Amino acid sequence: MSTTSLLASSRQNNHLWRKIKNWLMVSSSIGSALLVILPLGLVLFYLVYKGAAAINLGFFTNVPAPPGDTDGGMANAIVGSFLLLGMAVLVGAPMGILGGIYLSEYGNEKLNGAIRFCADVLNGVPSIVWSIIVYEVLVVPMRGYSLLSGGIALGLMMIPLVLRTTEEVLVLVPNSYREAALALGIARWQIIVKIVVATAYKGIITAVLVAGARIAGETAPLLFTAFGNLNWCTGLNQPVAALPLQIYAYAISAYEDWHRQAWAGALVLIGFVFIINISVRFMTRERKA
Amino acid sequence: MVPKIMKDEVAAVNNEEENVQEAATVSLDVNDLCLWYGKHQALYDVSIKIPANKSTAIIGPSGCGKSTLLRTFNRMHEVSPGARMSGKVHLFGEDLYSPEIDPTILRRRVGMVFQKSNPFPTMTIRENVLVGLRLNGVRDKKILNERLESCLRMAALWDEVKDHLDRPGTGLSGGQQQRLCIARAMAMEPEVLLMDEPCSALDPIATMKIEELITTLKTKCTVVIVTHNMQQAGRCSDFTAFMYLGKLVEFDRTEKIFTNPDKQQTEDYITGRFG
Ligand SMILES: Nc1ncnc2c1ncn2[C@@H]1O[C@H](COP(=O)(O)OP(=O)(O)O)[C@@H](O)[C@H]1O
Ligand SMILES: [Mg+2]
Repeated sequence: MSTTSLLASSRQNNHLWRKIKNWLMVSSSIGSALLVILPLGLVLFYLVYKGAAAINLGFFTNVPAPPGDTDGGMANAIVGSFLLLGMAVLVGAPMGILGGIYLSEYGNEKLNGAIRFCADVLNGVPSIVWSIIVYEVLVVPMRGYSLLSGGIALGLMMIPLVLRTTEEVLVLVPNSYREAALALGIARWQIIVKIVVATAYKGIITAVLVAGARIAGETAPLLFTAFGNLNWCTGLNQPVAALPLQIYAYAISAYEDWHRQAWAGALVLIGFVFIINISVRFMTRERKA
Repeated sequence: MVPKIMKDEVAAVNNEEENVQEAATVSLDVNDLCLWYGKHQALYDVSIKIPANKSTAIIGPSGCGKSTLLRTFNRMHEVSPGARMSGKVHLFGEDLYSPEIDPTILRRRVGMVFQKSNPFPTMTIRENVLVGLRLNGVRDKKILNERLESCLRMAALWDEVKDHLDRPGTGLSGGQQQRLCIARAMAMEPEVLLMDEPCSALDPIATMKIEELITTLKTKCTVVIVTHNMQQAGRCSDFTAFMYLGKLVEFDRTEKIFTNPDKQQTEDYITGRFG
């Protein structure tokens, strides 16, 4: 026990220096926070500034037109992006969700560790690599670029994302519910479906949405798979347009109005991703209530 | 003028009273039960005959293995990683640990209520009560509705919830939630109801309601209740088992345990002289 009085200890402690340290800490955190928000603000501002003018009804209803023809649009790319996204969800969500269920509900420590490690490695695989692999495995045997291969490339990218997040939300379901269900003599698979997944379903939908938002803007996986299309896609085995591909093609072209349309496409793409993220926020907010 | 033969019968009855553990139908018969969590032994050679349609309290200081013993009655301990056991448990003469026994089927006949009430958060009051039946394939509306009402009445919850059966079960108060869990367990019409400190998170009034319930419940099934509250054991049990450090010290009629226990250890614990 110290015998110094409170007052004496307080005086010893250098107040000014502590205040300066505190101020430095606070201001650098605020500065860093601003640095995070700033780029987002810049991107949004620039996209609106450059792209808003090119957005009109025709942009959403027409297919691309030759340069100089001003009533061209990106309708096929918008629809194509949704088709690809839907296909990716069909491929990636079931595998990711089932994998996450395995990790959380079955699995043993060793195997789980291996699976998590693989998922993390897969998550780090550059998207162009996915493109090349799907090209070799699907595009070449099918003799052509296609919606199917593009969707699968995106879906494969979704799997590790959905898997890890699903596992996280399932682990959060309190064990007491599993125990209560076990004690009622309910079968294991029913407990998982009707109790555990039912309790965490919003988190799982969020996982799929977040992964979807993440891959919606991917260009590289589509380069050798979906390929792009200046017209409507006519079948699963046909090339399909996608917003990121169209933006890329227009942005590297030499034509001023195509450049403007590329900006508009980027704005629409960001808009979609934004909407997905807002709905995620909405869902997670409701979960807390 | 009592005929001699009648006298003998009375004597026999008195004798049974003395030896009631022998006389009553045994619901759970536990023999030389040992249990380990990994290297740590949690139960040592527990043998106990739990009488049917009575309530039996398991008391003892925390960590002495009460919950562990309870969970061997519906094989819930098998969920804990590293748990191993030896010995036998028979439910009305059937070996619970025989290799052909499916623990899922067993658990429909031995229900359990936990320390923390745990109604399923995605389900309404009605769904919570009926979930066990529904997921085990009962579709008949009439049966389900009857069971819903009878179990909620049995849990003394019917009057409080009958007008909003379709509200979420988690919207109820703590005590109501725990009674909902009792109704949920009773919906399976179990032969034994295990309760692991069902009142330890409840206020005295909610606790009293659950204690009163036990009298009703034991007309339907055997009740085994773990508690670290001795007054509670005294109030709501016919038999009491005292455990200490993983061993069953003494098991007898509750009055006997509380007034005139055979073992010094029991007496010390009951009188609060425990270290
Ligand atoms: N799942 C488990 N894994 C390892 N040890 C456990 C587990 N559950 C209980 N134990 C241990 O077993 C002993 C008995 O625990 P428990 O049956 O919960 O006691 P009580 O219910 O009487 O408080 C304690 O020492 C406890 O630490
Ligand atoms: Mg306990």
